[in-house]
Amino acid sequence: MRYRVLVRLKEGVLDVQGKAIENGLRDKSYEEVSNVRVGRMVELDVSDLSPSDAQAKVEALCKELLANPVIEDYTISEVA
Amino acid sequence: MRVGIVVFPGTNCDQDMAHVYGSLLSAEVVPIWHRELDLPPLDIVVLPGGFSYGDYLRTGALAKLSPIMGAIKKFAGAGGRVIGICNGFQILCEAGLLPGALLENKGRTFLSQFVHLRAEPSNSFLTASLAPGSRLCCPIAHFQGNYFADQKTLEELESRNQIILRYVDADGNRADSDLSVNVNGSLHSIAGICNEAGNVVGMMPHPERSVELLTGGVGGDSGLSLFRAAS
Repeated sequence: MRYRVLVRLKEGVLDVQGKAIENGLRDKSYEEVSNVRVGRMVELDVSDLSPSDAQAKVEALCKELLANPVIEDYTISEVA
Repeated sequence: MRVGIVVFPGTNCDQDMAHVYGSLLSAEVVPIWHRELDLPPLDIVVLPGGFSYGDYLRTGALAKLSPIMGAIKKFAGAGGRVIGICNGFQILCEAGLLPGALLENKGRTFLSQFVHLRAEPSNSFLTASLAPGSRLCCPIAHFQGNYFADQKTLEELESRNQIILRYVDADGNRADSDLSVNVNGSLHSIAGICNEAGNVVGMMPHPERSVELLTGGVGGDSGLSLFRAAS
């Protein structure tokens, strides 16, 4: 099974990359664009487990490594 | 005194730390490769600065998975003294040995400069002998040094005297919203913290780079006072 994990900074946590992109866009006359937030996408395969065990495994590795719960949230989805 | 200095792939301040403890403070220095499973008998463990694992994923995130971290957690849990500097601080936060996280600098630039620091009242072993309010000047060199923690954690850090060093101006005054003073935008101008027991400390500045008058720049040897206190 292939999973896609999206990790993003929690709301309210300063996203300096997003700010830099926003400022760059403004210079290119995209003034209508605001609230740019940058995240990270990780895709991975999990084999030899039942769907529910695989989901639990991905959940666990998100907590342990892919996201830092102090500053980030994550969502997991299956990739067809 | 025996000081262990942990080396991850990408660590680059281990020799500076070895110079401080080995040459200047006459301690026995033991280099410790991150693949080790156990620590030898030690008085202090140092996680020096650098770019462990190329800062991939998040600074310090992959280093926390290194085999040696289990032994370091055990050592710290038993009251052992642990110092994390710069990337070492980021690793300690990622590993949950210290609260909070280090975000990218608020001004969106890598910062390489001297900063003024003020010792705060705390029970950390590293700053215990410094009078609260005493000042240090030493370099910083980081892109992710912007200390962040949620409001509750910040209140606990304040009330339990776990903030050991703050960024201040040349007169020793704090200015949280002024990026010329609180250069990376850290909450509460936090430059360094300790755990509740005071045996685990972390800081973004590099006091090991201001330990001798010849090479310490405008910081002189002010960083040595920290390491001397902890020896």
